[in-house]
Amino acid sequence: MALQSLDIVRRSATSQPPPGVRDAASDQVAKLIDVTKCIGCKACQVACMEWNDLRDQIGTNTGSYNNPPDLTDQSWTVMRFAEYENPNGNLEWLIRKDGCMHCEDPGCLKACPAPGAIVQYANGIVDFQEENCIGCGYCIAGCPFDVPRISKRDRKAYKCTLCSDRVAVGLEPACIKSCPTGALVFGTKQDMQQHAAERIEDLKSRGFENAGLYDPAGVGGAHVMYVLHHLDQPELYSGLPKDPKISPTVRFWKGIAKPIALAMMGVAALTGFFHYIRVGANETTPRDEEEAARARAAGPSGPPRGPAGPVSTPESRP
Amino acid sequence: MSSERVDGEDVRDAVVGNAIVRYTAGDRTNHWVVAIAFILAALSGLAMFDPALFWLSDLFGSGPWTRVLHPFFGLLMVLAFALLAARVQSDNRMTGADWRWLRQWRDVVGNHEERLPEVGRYNAGQKLLFALMVVCLLGLLATGFIIWRQYFAFYFSIPLLRAAAIVHAACAFVLISGIIVHIYAGIWVRGSVRAMTRGMVTPGWAWRHHRAWFREVMRAARSRPGTD
Repeated sequence: MALQSLDIVRRSATSQPPPGVRDAASDQVAKLIDVTKCIGCKACQVACMEWNDLRDQIGTNTGSYNNPPDLTDQSWTVMRFAEYENPNGNLEWLIRKDGCMHCEDPGCLKACPAPGAIVQYANGIVDFQEENCIGCGYCIAGCPFDVPRISKRDRKAYKCTLCSDRVAVGLEPACIKSCPTGALVFGTKQDMQQHAAERIEDLKSRGFENAGLYDPAGVGGAHVMYVLHHLDQPELYSGLPKDPKISPTVRFWKGIAKPIALAMMGVAALTGFFHYIRVGANETTPRDEEEAARARAAGPSGPPRGPAGPVSTPESRP
Repeated sequence: MSSERVDGEDVRDAVVGNAIVRYTAGDRTNHWVVAIAFILAALSGLAMFDPALFWLSDLFGSGPWTRVLHPFFGLLMVLAFALLAARVQSDNRMTGADWRWLRQWRDVVGNHEERLPEVGRYNAGQKLLFALMVVCLLGLLATGFIIWRQYFAFYFSIPLLRAAAIVHAACAFVLISGIIVHIYAGIWVRGSVRAMTRGMVTPGWAWRHHRAWFREVMRAARSRPGTD
Protein backbone atom coordinates (compact mmCIF):
# COMPACT_ATOMS: atom_id res chain seq x y z
CA MET A 1 0.00 0.00 0.00
CA ALA A 2 3.06 2.24 0.09
CA LEU A 3 2.78 4.12 -3.16
CA GLN A 4 -0.65 4.14 -4.61
CA SER A 5 -3.00 6.48 -6.34
CA LEU A 6 -3.92 8.10 -3.03
CA ASP A 7 -1.02 8.82 -0.70
CA ILE A 8 -1.58 8.19 2.98
CA VAL A 9 -0.75 10.98 5.42
CA ARG A 10 -2.11 9.47 8.63
CA ARG A 11 -2.40 5.85 9.71
CA SER A 12 -4.12 4.55 12.83
CA ALA A 13 -2.00 3.10 15.67
CA THR A 14 1.20 4.05 13.90
CA SER A 15 3.67 6.51 15.36
CA GLN A 16 6.24 6.59 12.57
CA PRO A 17 5.27 8.67 9.52
CA PRO A 18 3.88 6.95 6.42
CA PRO A 19 5.86 7.18 3.14
CA GLY A 20 6.04 10.87 2.41
CA VAL A 21 8.60 11.76 -0.24
CA ARG A 22 5.95 12.03 -2.92
CA ASP A 23 4.78 15.54 -2.34
CA ALA A 24 1.15 14.86 -3.02
CA ALA A 25 0.09 17.17 -5.78
CA SER A 26 -3.56 16.48 -5.12
CA ASP A 27 -5.54 19.27 -3.53
CA GLN A 28 -7.67 18.73 -0.48
CA VAL A 29 -11.06 17.61 -1.62
CA ALA A 30 -14.45 18.29 -0.09
CA LYS A 31 -18.06 17.38 -0.55
CA LEU A 32 -20.43 20.27 -0.09
CA ILE A 33 -23.95 19.41 1.01
CA ASP A 34 -26.25 22.35 0.43
CA VAL A 35 -29.06 21.51 2.81
CA THR A 36 -31.05 24.47 1.50
CA LYS A 37 -31.31 22.85 -1.92
CA CYS A 38 -32.01 19.30 -0.79
CA ILE A 39 -35.44 17.90 -1.57
CA GLY A 40 -34.96 14.62 0.30
CA CYS A 41 -35.30 12.38 -2.75
CA LYS A 42 -32.70 9.91 -1.44
CA ALA A 43 -31.13 9.43 -4.85
CA CYS A 44 -27.77 9.77 -3.08
CA GLN A 45 -28.67 6.89 -0.75
CA VAL A 46 -29.50 4.72 -3.73
CA ALA A 47 -26.37 5.73 -5.63
CA CYS A 48 -24.28 4.90 -2.55
CA MET A 49 -25.86 1.45 -2.28
CA GLU A 50 -25.38 0.83 -5.96
CA TRP A 51 -21.77 1.92 -6.29
CA ASN A 52 -20.66 0.22 -3.08
CA ASP A 53 -22.77 -2.92 -3.56
CA LEU A 54 -24.62 -2.45 -0.30
CA ARG A 55 -28.11 -3.79 0.34
CA ASP A 56 -29.57 -2.95 3.74
CA GLN A 57 -32.37 -5.03 5.21
CA ILE A 58 -35.87 -3.90 4.39
CA GLY A 59 -36.80 -2.02 7.53
CA THR A 60 -40.04 -0.95 9.12
CA ASN A 61 -41.82 2.38 8.93
CA THR A 62 -41.02 4.33 12.06
CA GLY A 63 -43.46 7.13 11.29
CA SER A 64 -40.88 9.28 9.57
CA TYR A 65 -39.38 9.68 6.13
CA ASN A 66 -36.07 8.55 7.66
CA ASN A 67 -35.51 5.27 5.94
CA PRO A 68 -33.51 3.43 7.09
CA PRO A 69 -33.91 5.18 10.44
CA ASP A 70 -30.18 5.25 11.13
CA LEU A 71 -26.79 4.69 9.55
CA THR A 72 -25.82 1.03 9.38
CA ASP A 73 -22.93 -1.03 8.05
CA GLN A 74 -24.97 -1.25 4.83
CA SER A 75 -26.25 2.32 4.76
CA TRP A 76 -23.31 4.69 4.74
CA THR A 77 -25.46 7.72 4.13
CA VAL A 78 -28.98 8.46 5.33
CA MET A 79 -31.30 11.41 4.82
CA ARG A 80 -32.49 12.76 8.16
CA PHE A 81 -35.78 14.65 8.12
CA ALA A 82 -36.52 17.23 10.81
CA GLU A 83 -39.62 19.38 11.12
CA TYR A 84 -38.89 22.77 12.63
CA GLU A 85 -41.44 25.45 13.40
CA ASN A 86 -39.63 28.75 13.13
CA PRO A 87 -40.40 31.82 15.30
CA ASN A 88 -42.73 33.14 12.57
CA GLY A 89 -44.86 30.05 12.98
CA ASN A 90 -43.84 28.58 9.64
CA LEU A 91 -42.80 25.00 9.19
CA GLU A 92 -39.30 24.32 7.90
CA TRP A 93 -38.50 20.86 6.66
CA LEU A 94 -34.79 20.50 7.35
CA ILE A 95 -33.36 17.55 5.49
CA ARG A 96 -29.77 16.61 6.13
CA LYS A 97 -27.76 13.95 4.35
CA ASP A 98 -25.92 12.29 7.24
CA GLY A 99 -22.71 10.31 6.95
CA CYS A 100 -19.00 10.54 7.61
CA MET A 101 -17.70 14.12 7.81
CA HIS A 102 -14.12 13.13 6.91
CA CYS A 103 -12.67 15.24 9.70
CA GLU A 104 -9.23 16.75 9.27
CA ASP A 105 -8.51 15.50 12.82
CA PRO A 106 -10.44 12.21 12.85
CA GLY A 107 -11.53 10.90 16.26
CA CYS A 108 -11.99 7.41 14.82
CA LEU A 109 -8.38 7.29 13.67
CA LYS A 110 -7.19 8.60 17.02
CA ALA A 111 -9.06 5.90 18.94
CA CYS A 112 -8.24 2.98 16.62
CA PRO A 113 -5.80 0.45 18.17
CA ALA A 114 -5.20 -1.54 14.96
CA PRO A 115 -2.30 -0.35 12.81
CA GLY A 116 -3.54 0.77 9.42
CA ALA A 117 -7.22 0.02 9.97
CA ILE A 118 -8.01 3.70 9.48
CA VAL A 119 -6.05 5.97 7.17
CA GLN A 120 -6.25 9.52 5.99
CA TYR A 121 -5.23 10.27 2.44
CA ALA A 122 -3.36 13.37 1.34
CA ASN A 123 -6.58 14.65 -0.21
CA GLY A 124 -8.28 14.55 3.20
CA ILE A 125 -10.46 11.47 2.81
CA VAL A 126 -10.63 9.29 5.93
CA ASP A 127 -10.93 5.66 4.93
CA PHE A 128 -11.39 2.41 6.82
CA GLN A 129 -9.19 -0.47 5.66
CA GLU A 130 -11.39 -3.30 6.85
CA GLU A 131 -8.76 -5.99 6.33
CA ASN A 132 -6.84 -4.45 9.25
CA CYS A 133 -9.91 -3.83 11.42
CA ILE A 134 -10.13 -5.97 14.57
CA GLY A 135 -13.75 -5.06 15.36
CA CYS A 136 -13.20 -3.52 18.80
CA GLY A 137 -15.51 -0.56 18.11
CA TYR A 138 -13.16 2.06 19.55
CA CYS A 139 -13.78 4.17 16.41
CA ILE A 140 -17.40 4.44 17.54
CA ALA A 141 -16.26 5.89 20.87
CA GLY A 142 -13.81 8.16 19.06
CA CYS A 143 -16.17 9.65 16.47
CA PRO A 144 -17.76 12.98 17.46
CA PHE A 145 -20.58 12.42 14.92
CA ASP A 146 -21.66 8.82 15.73
CA VAL A 147 -20.90 7.56 12.24
CA PRO A 148 -18.97 4.24 12.20
CA ARG A 149 -21.00 1.04 12.36
CA ILE A 150 -19.75 -2.47 13.10
CA SER A 151 -21.19 -5.12 10.81
CA LYS A 152 -22.87 -8.06 12.51
CA ARG A 153 -21.77 -10.17 9.57
CA ASP A 154 -18.00 -9.76 9.72
CA ARG A 155 -17.50 -7.62 12.88
CA LYS A 156 -15.67 -4.94 10.92
CA ALA A 157 -16.31 -1.20 10.98
CA TYR A 158 -17.83 0.53 7.97
CA LYS A 159 -18.69 4.07 6.94
CA CYS A 160 -18.72 6.40 3.93
CA THR A 161 -15.45 6.20 1.97
CA LEU A 162 -16.19 9.43 0.10
CA CYS A 163 -15.89 7.00 -2.81
CA SER A 164 -12.11 7.03 -2.42
CA ASP A 165 -11.95 4.43 -5.19
CA ARG A 166 -13.73 6.79 -7.57
CA VAL A 167 -11.90 9.91 -6.43
CA ALA A 168 -8.57 8.12 -6.91
CA VAL A 169 -9.29 7.84 -10.64
CA GLY A 170 -10.67 11.34 -11.03
CA LEU A 171 -14.37 10.61 -10.64
CA GLU A 172 -16.70 12.32 -8.21
CA PRO A 173 -18.42 10.31 -5.45
CA ALA A 174 -21.50 8.33 -6.49
CA CYS A 175 -23.88 10.41 -4.40
CA ILE A 176 -22.73 13.63 -6.10
CA LYS A 177 -23.39 12.04 -9.49
CA SER A 178 -26.98 11.25 -8.58
CA CYS A 179 -28.14 14.53 -6.98
CA PRO A 180 -30.90 16.06 -9.15
CA THR A 181 -30.94 19.53 -7.56
CA GLY A 182 -27.25 20.30 -7.29
CA ALA A 183 -27.43 20.16 -3.52
CA LEU A 184 -24.38 17.89 -3.60
CA VAL A 185 -21.19 19.26 -5.08
CA PHE A 186 -17.67 17.88 -5.03
CA GLY A 187 -14.33 19.49 -5.72
CA THR A 188 -11.32 20.99 -4.03
CA LYS A 189 -12.03 22.23 -0.55
CA GLN A 190 -11.19 25.77 -1.62
CA ASP A 191 -13.63 25.66 -4.54
CA MET A 192 -16.32 24.28 -2.28
CA GLN A 193 -15.78 27.07 0.24
CA GLN A 194 -16.05 29.59 -2.54
CA HIS A 195 -19.18 27.98 -3.91
CA ALA A 196 -20.67 27.90 -0.43
CA ALA A 197 -19.90 31.57 0.07
CA GLU A 198 -21.95 32.45 -3.00
CA ARG A 199 -24.81 30.29 -1.79
CA ILE A 200 -24.71 31.85 1.66
CA GLU A 201 -24.79 35.35 0.20
CA ASP A 202 -27.87 34.40 -1.77
CA LEU A 203 -29.53 32.87 1.30
CA LYS A 204 -28.81 35.96 3.38
CA SER A 205 -30.33 38.17 0.71
CA ARG A 206 -33.47 36.05 1.02
CA GLY A 207 -33.83 36.48 4.76
CA PHE A 208 -31.78 33.65 6.18
CA GLU A 209 -29.43 35.94 8.03
CA ASN A 210 -27.83 33.11 10.01
CA ALA A 211 -27.06 31.06 6.92
CA GLY A 212 -23.51 29.79 6.89
CA LEU A 213 -21.01 27.06 6.15
CA TYR A 214 -20.71 24.20 8.64
CA ASP A 215 -17.02 23.29 8.61
CA PRO A 216 -16.38 22.54 12.30
CA ALA A 217 -13.09 23.94 13.55
CA GLY A 218 -13.15 21.63 16.59
CA VAL A 219 -12.14 18.71 14.35
CA GLY A 220 -9.73 20.80 12.29
CA GLY A 221 -12.35 21.38 9.63
CA ALA A 222 -14.01 18.65 7.61
CA HIS A 223 -13.96 17.31 4.08
CA VAL A 224 -17.73 17.14 4.09
CA MET A 225 -19.35 20.51 4.70
CA TYR A 226 -22.93 21.71 4.97
CA VAL A 227 -24.54 24.93 3.84
CA LEU A 228 -27.14 25.53 6.57
CA HIS A 229 -29.90 28.13 6.75
CA HIS A 230 -29.37 28.19 10.52
CA LEU A 231 -25.66 27.87 11.20
CA ASP A 232 -26.36 29.26 14.68
CA GLN A 233 -28.55 26.24 15.50
CA PRO A 234 -27.04 23.16 13.81
CA GLU A 235 -28.88 20.96 16.35
CA LEU A 236 -32.07 21.68 14.42
CA TYR A 237 -30.77 19.43 11.66
CA SER A 238 -31.45 16.14 13.46
CA GLY A 239 -28.86 16.84 16.14
CA LEU A 240 -25.88 18.03 14.13
CA PRO A 241 -23.43 18.92 16.94
CA LYS A 242 -22.75 22.62 17.48
CA ASP A 243 -19.11 22.33 18.42
CA PRO A 244 -17.93 18.80 17.60
CA LYS A 245 -14.49 17.80 18.78
CA ILE A 246 -12.69 14.68 19.84
CA SER A 247 -13.86 14.01 23.40
CA PRO A 248 -11.24 14.93 26.04
CA THR A 249 -11.74 11.44 27.47
CA VAL A 250 -10.72 9.87 24.16
CA ARG A 251 -7.81 12.32 23.80
CA PHE A 252 -6.52 11.35 27.22
CA TRP A 253 -7.15 7.62 26.77
CA LYS A 254 -5.47 7.41 23.38
CA GLY A 255 -2.98 10.18 24.07
CA ILE A 256 -0.90 10.85 27.15
CA ALA A 257 -2.36 7.93 29.14
CA LYS A 258 -0.54 5.38 26.97
CA PRO A 259 3.08 6.45 27.47
CA ILE A 260 2.48 7.37 31.12
CA ALA A 261 0.91 4.01 31.95
CA LEU A 262 3.60 2.01 30.16
CA ALA A 263 6.37 4.07 31.73
CA MET A 264 4.95 3.64 35.21
CA MET A 265 4.61 -0.11 34.79
CA GLY A 266 8.20 -0.18 33.58
CA VAL A 267 9.27 1.86 36.60
CA ALA A 268 7.48 -0.59 38.90
CA ALA A 269 9.39 -3.50 37.37
CA LEU A 270 12.71 -1.61 37.46
CA THR A 271 12.13 -0.59 41.06
CA GLY A 272 11.85 -4.27 41.91
CA PHE A 273 14.99 -5.09 39.96
CA PHE A 274 17.08 -2.41 41.65
CA HIS A 275 15.66 -3.25 45.05
CA TYR A 276 16.97 -6.75 44.49
CA ILE A 277 20.34 -5.39 43.38
CA ARG A 278 20.67 -3.06 46.36
CA VAL A 279 18.86 -4.84 49.22
CA GLY A 280 18.67 -8.40 48.01
CA ALA A 281 16.45 -11.32 48.79
CA ASN A 282 14.76 -11.72 52.12
CA GLU A 283 15.95 -15.18 53.10
CA THR A 284 15.09 -17.38 56.02
CA THR A 285 18.24 -17.86 58.08
CA PRO A 286 19.33 -20.88 60.13
CA ARG A 287 18.75 -18.66 63.13
CA ASP A 288 15.08 -18.31 62.13
CA GLU A 289 14.79 -22.07 61.96
CA GLU A 290 16.41 -22.45 65.37
CA GLU A 291 14.16 -19.88 66.94
CA ALA A 292 11.13 -21.48 65.34
CA ALA A 293 12.18 -24.87 66.68
CA ARG A 294 12.71 -23.40 70.12
CA ALA A 295 9.32 -21.68 70.06
CA ARG A 296 7.71 -24.89 68.90
CA ALA A 297 9.28 -26.88 71.74
CA ALA A 298 8.55 -24.24 74.36
CA GLY A 299 4.84 -24.27 73.79
CA PRO A 300 2.30 -21.46 74.00
CA SER A 301 3.85 -19.83 77.07
CA GLY A 302 7.27 -19.94 75.45
CA PRO A 303 9.59 -17.25 74.16
CA PRO A 304 8.75 -13.57 74.16
CA ARG A 305 5.91 -12.42 71.97
CA GLY A 306 5.14 -9.08 70.47
CA PRO A 307 7.03 -6.99 68.01
CA ALA A 308 10.72 -6.56 67.62
CA GLY A 309 12.04 -9.66 69.27
CA PRO A 310 15.60 -8.47 69.89
CA VAL A 311 16.83 -12.06 69.67
CA SER A 312 16.90 -12.02 65.91
CA THR A 313 18.42 -8.58 65.46
CA PRO A 314 22.07 -9.60 65.36
CA GLU A 315 21.28 -12.01 62.57
CA SER A 316 19.33 -9.54 60.51
CA ARG A 317 20.72 -8.58 57.17
CA PRO A 318 22.24 -5.20 56.48
CA MET B 1 12.71 -26.97 53.71
CA SER B 2 11.69 -30.58 53.65
CA SER B 3 12.00 -31.72 50.10
CA GLU B 4 9.53 -34.59 50.07
CA ARG B 5 5.79 -34.31 50.57
CA VAL B 6 3.99 -36.67 52.86
CA ASP B 7 1.24 -38.33 50.91
CA GLY B 8 -2.27 -37.47 51.96
CA GLU B 9 -1.31 -34.32 53.86
CA ASP B 10 -3.21 -31.58 52.11
CA VAL B 11 -4.74 -29.76 55.05
CA ARG B 12 -4.12 -26.06 55.40
CA ASP B 13 -1.91 -25.19 58.40
CA ALA B 14 -1.08 -28.85 59.04
CA VAL B 15 2.40 -29.48 60.39
CA VAL B 16 3.99 -32.24 58.38
CA GLY B 17 7.34 -33.32 59.69
CA ASN B 18 9.41 -30.18 59.64
CA ALA B 19 7.14 -28.24 57.29
CA ILE B 20 3.88 -26.35 57.47
CA VAL B 21 1.19 -26.60 54.81
CA ARG B 22 0.56 -22.99 53.77
CA TYR B 23 -1.44 -23.65 50.60
CA THR B 24 -3.40 -26.79 49.77
CA ALA B 25 -3.50 -28.21 46.26
CA GLY B 26 -6.87 -26.50 45.83
CA ASP B 27 -5.48 -23.14 46.94
CA ARG B 28 -2.55 -23.47 44.57
CA THR B 29 -4.63 -24.54 41.60
CA ASN B 30 -7.01 -21.67 42.17
CA HIS B 31 -4.17 -19.17 42.48
CA TRP B 32 -2.52 -20.32 39.26
CA VAL B 33 -5.75 -20.31 37.29
CA VAL B 34 -6.12 -16.67 38.31
CA ALA B 35 -2.47 -16.05 37.42
CA ILE B 36 -2.72 -17.63 33.96
CA ALA B 37 -5.98 -15.82 33.21
CA PHE B 38 -4.34 -12.58 34.35
CA ILE B 39 -1.37 -13.04 32.02
CA LEU B 40 -3.65 -13.77 29.06
CA ALA B 41 -6.02 -10.88 29.82
CA ALA B 42 -3.17 -8.45 30.48
CA LEU B 43 -1.23 -9.29 27.32
CA SER B 44 -4.30 -9.20 25.09
CA GLY B 45 -5.51 -6.00 26.76
CA LEU B 46 -2.16 -4.26 26.44
CA ALA B 47 -2.18 -5.13 22.74
CA MET B 48 -5.33 -3.04 22.35
CA PHE B 49 -4.26 -0.34 24.81
CA ASP B 50 -1.10 0.91 23.16
CA PRO B 51 -0.15 0.45 19.49
CA ALA B 52 3.45 0.05 20.66
CA LEU B 53 2.31 -3.30 22.09
CA PHE B 54 -0.01 -4.31 19.26
CA TRP B 55 2.46 -7.05 18.33
CA LEU B 56 1.24 -8.91 21.43
CA SER B 57 -1.90 -9.65 19.42
CA ASP B 58 0.20 -12.13 17.39
CA LEU B 59 0.36 -14.27 20.53
CA PHE B 60 -3.37 -14.81 20.23
CA GLY B 61 -3.51 -15.44 16.49
CA SER B 62 -4.40 -12.00 15.15
CA GLY B 63 -5.90 -8.66 16.06
CA PRO B 64 -9.48 -9.89 15.64
CA TRP B 65 -8.75 -13.01 17.73
CA THR B 66 -7.26 -10.83 20.45
CA ARG B 67 -10.43 -8.74 20.45
CA VAL B 68 -12.60 -11.88 20.55
CA LEU B 69 -10.66 -13.65 23.31
CA HIS B 70 -9.77 -10.80 25.67
CA PRO B 71 -13.19 -10.50 27.37
CA PHE B 72 -13.29 -14.25 27.98
CA PHE B 73 -9.82 -14.18 29.58
CA GLY B 74 -11.11 -11.38 31.77
CA LEU B 75 -14.23 -13.28 32.76
CA LEU B 76 -12.15 -16.35 33.58
CA MET B 77 -9.95 -14.25 35.83
CA VAL B 78 -12.91 -12.67 37.61
CA LEU B 79 -14.59 -16.03 38.20
CA ALA B 80 -11.40 -17.74 39.40
CA PHE B 81 -10.56 -14.76 41.61
CA ALA B 82 -14.04 -14.81 43.13
CA LEU B 83 -13.40 -18.40 44.24
CA LEU B 84 -9.94 -17.50 45.53
CA ALA B 85 -11.35 -14.50 47.38
CA ALA B 86 -13.88 -16.75 49.10
CA ARG B 87 -10.94 -18.85 50.34
CA VAL B 88 -8.78 -16.05 51.63
CA GLN B 89 -10.95 -13.04 52.38
CA SER B 90 -11.34 -13.80 56.10
CA ASP B 91 -7.54 -13.60 56.51
CA ASN B 92 -7.32 -10.32 54.61
CA ARG B 93 -8.98 -7.86 56.96
CA MET B 94 -6.78 -4.93 57.94
CA THR B 95 -5.96 -4.58 61.66
CA GLY B 96 -4.28 -1.89 63.71
CA ALA B 97 -1.00 -3.80 63.54
CA ASP B 98 -1.29 -3.82 59.75
CA TRP B 99 -1.37 -0.04 59.60
CA ARG B 100 1.65 0.07 61.87
CA TRP B 101 3.36 -2.39 59.54
CA LEU B 102 2.63 -0.11 56.60
CA ARG B 103 3.92 2.98 58.41
CA GLN B 104 7.17 1.07 58.92
CA TRP B 105 7.50 0.40 55.19
CA ARG B 106 11.19 1.33 55.31
CA ASP B 107 11.83 -1.66 57.55
CA VAL B 108 9.75 -3.79 55.20
CA VAL B 109 11.73 -2.98 52.08
CA GLY B 110 14.98 -2.98 54.07
CA ASN B 111 14.50 -6.61 55.17
CA HIS B 112 14.24 -5.60 58.85
CA GLU B 113 11.27 -7.78 59.67
CA GLU B 114 12.41 -8.14 63.27
CA ARG B 115 11.37 -4.50 63.82
CA LEU B 116 7.85 -5.03 62.51
CA PRO B 117 4.73 -6.09 64.36
CA GLU B 118 4.07 -9.81 64.21
CA VAL B 119 2.27 -10.73 61.02
CA GLY B 120 -0.59 -13.20 60.72
CA ARG B 121 -1.30 -15.40 57.73
CA TYR B 122 -1.01 -12.34 55.44
CA ASN B 123 0.89 -9.11 55.89
CA ALA B 124 -0.54 -5.65 55.22
CA GLY B 125 0.98 -5.53 51.74
CA GLN B 126 -0.72 -8.74 50.79
CA LYS B 127 -3.98 -7.51 52.26
CA LEU B 128 -3.77 -4.27 50.31
CA LEU B 129 -3.10 -6.17 47.11
CA PHE B 130 -6.14 -8.29 47.84
CA ALA B 131 -8.33 -5.20 48.33
CA LEU B 132 -6.87 -3.62 45.22
CA MET B 133 -7.63 -6.70 43.17
CA VAL B 134 -11.22 -6.80 44.40
CA VAL B 135 -11.79 -3.15 43.50
CA CYS B 136 -9.99 -3.30 40.14
CA LEU B 137 -11.63 -6.52 39.03
CA LEU B 138 -15.08 -5.20 39.89
CA GLY B 139 -14.28 -2.08 37.88
CA LEU B 140 -12.91 -4.08 34.98
CA LEU B 141 -15.92 -6.39 35.02
CA ALA B 142 -18.50 -3.59 34.95
CA THR B 143 -16.74 -1.45 32.35
CA GLY B 144 -15.70 -4.49 30.34
CA PHE B 145 -19.31 -5.44 29.75
CA ILE B 146 -20.10 -1.89 28.65
CA ILE B 147 -17.36 -1.83 25.99
CA TRP B 148 -17.85 -5.46 24.91
CA ARG B 149 -18.76 -4.56 21.33
CA GLN B 150 -19.96 -7.95 20.16
CA TYR B 151 -22.66 -8.48 22.78
CA PHE B 152 -23.25 -5.43 24.94
CA ALA B 153 -21.77 -2.13 23.76
CA PHE B 154 -24.77 -1.28 21.57
CA TYR B 155 -26.95 -1.02 24.68
CA PHE B 156 -24.95 1.96 25.95
CA SER B 157 -24.56 5.60 24.98
CA ILE B 158 -21.35 6.80 23.39
CA PRO B 159 -20.37 9.10 26.32
CA LEU B 160 -20.77 6.11 28.63
CA LEU B 161 -18.60 3.99 26.30
CA ARG B 162 -15.86 6.61 26.45
CA ALA B 163 -16.01 6.79 30.24
CA ALA B 164 -16.04 3.01 30.53
CA ALA B 165 -13.03 2.66 28.23
CA ILE B 166 -10.92 5.04 30.29
CA VAL B 167 -11.99 3.50 33.62
CA HIS B 168 -11.26 0.05 32.19
CA ALA B 169 -7.76 1.14 31.19
CA ALA B 170 -7.16 2.82 34.56
CA CYS B 171 -8.26 -0.25 36.54
CA ALA B 172 -6.10 -2.48 34.35
CA PHE B 173 -3.12 -0.20 34.87
CA VAL B 174 -3.49 -0.28 38.66
CA LEU B 175 -4.03 -4.05 38.61
CA ILE B 176 -1.01 -4.76 36.40
CA SER B 177 1.18 -2.48 38.51
CA GLY B 178 -0.03 -4.26 41.65
CA ILE B 179 0.72 -7.65 40.14
CA ILE B 180 4.22 -6.51 39.15
CA VAL B 181 4.81 -5.72 42.84
CA HIS B 182 3.23 -9.06 43.81
CA ILE B 183 5.50 -11.01 41.44
CA TYR B 184 8.57 -9.19 42.68
CA ALA B 185 7.58 -9.85 46.29
CA GLY B 186 7.48 -13.54 45.43
CA ILE B 187 11.01 -13.38 44.06
CA TRP B 188 12.26 -11.19 46.89
CA VAL B 189 10.88 -13.15 49.85
CA ARG B 190 12.56 -16.51 49.39
CA GLY B 191 10.37 -19.54 49.97
CA SER B 192 7.21 -17.82 48.75
CA VAL B 193 7.32 -19.34 45.28
CA ARG B 194 7.77 -22.77 46.80
CA ALA B 195 4.81 -22.10 49.09
CA MET B 196 2.63 -21.39 46.06
CA THR B 197 4.01 -24.23 43.91
CA ARG B 198 4.51 -27.04 46.43
CA GLY B 199 2.37 -25.71 49.28
CA MET B 200 4.96 -26.05 52.04
CA VAL B 201 6.97 -23.59 54.09
CA THR B 202 9.55 -24.25 56.79
CA PRO B 203 8.82 -23.29 60.39
CA GLY B 204 11.68 -20.78 60.13
CA TRP B 205 10.00 -19.12 57.14
CA ALA B 206 6.73 -18.85 59.00
CA TRP B 207 8.56 -17.61 62.10
CA ARG B 208 10.42 -14.95 60.14
CA HIS B 209 7.62 -13.64 57.92
CA HIS B 210 4.33 -14.58 59.55
CA ARG B 211 5.08 -15.09 63.23
CA ALA B 212 1.54 -14.65 64.51
CA TRP B 213 0.41 -17.26 62.01
CA PHE B 214 3.27 -19.54 63.09
CA ARG B 215 2.10 -19.33 66.69
CA GLU B 216 -1.47 -20.13 65.65
CA VAL B 217 -0.36 -23.12 63.62
CA MET B 218 1.69 -24.46 66.50
CA ARG B 219 -1.13 -23.91 68.97
CA ALA B 220 -3.52 -25.77 66.73
CA ALA B 221 -1.01 -28.57 66.13
CA ARG B 222 -0.59 -29.03 69.86
CA SER B 223 -4.32 -29.37 70.41
CA ARG B 224 -4.43 -31.94 67.60
CA PRO B 225 -2.23 -34.70 68.93
CA GLY B 226 -0.70 -36.97 66.34
CA THR B 227 -0.29 -34.46 63.57
CA ASP B 228 2.79 -32.93 65.11
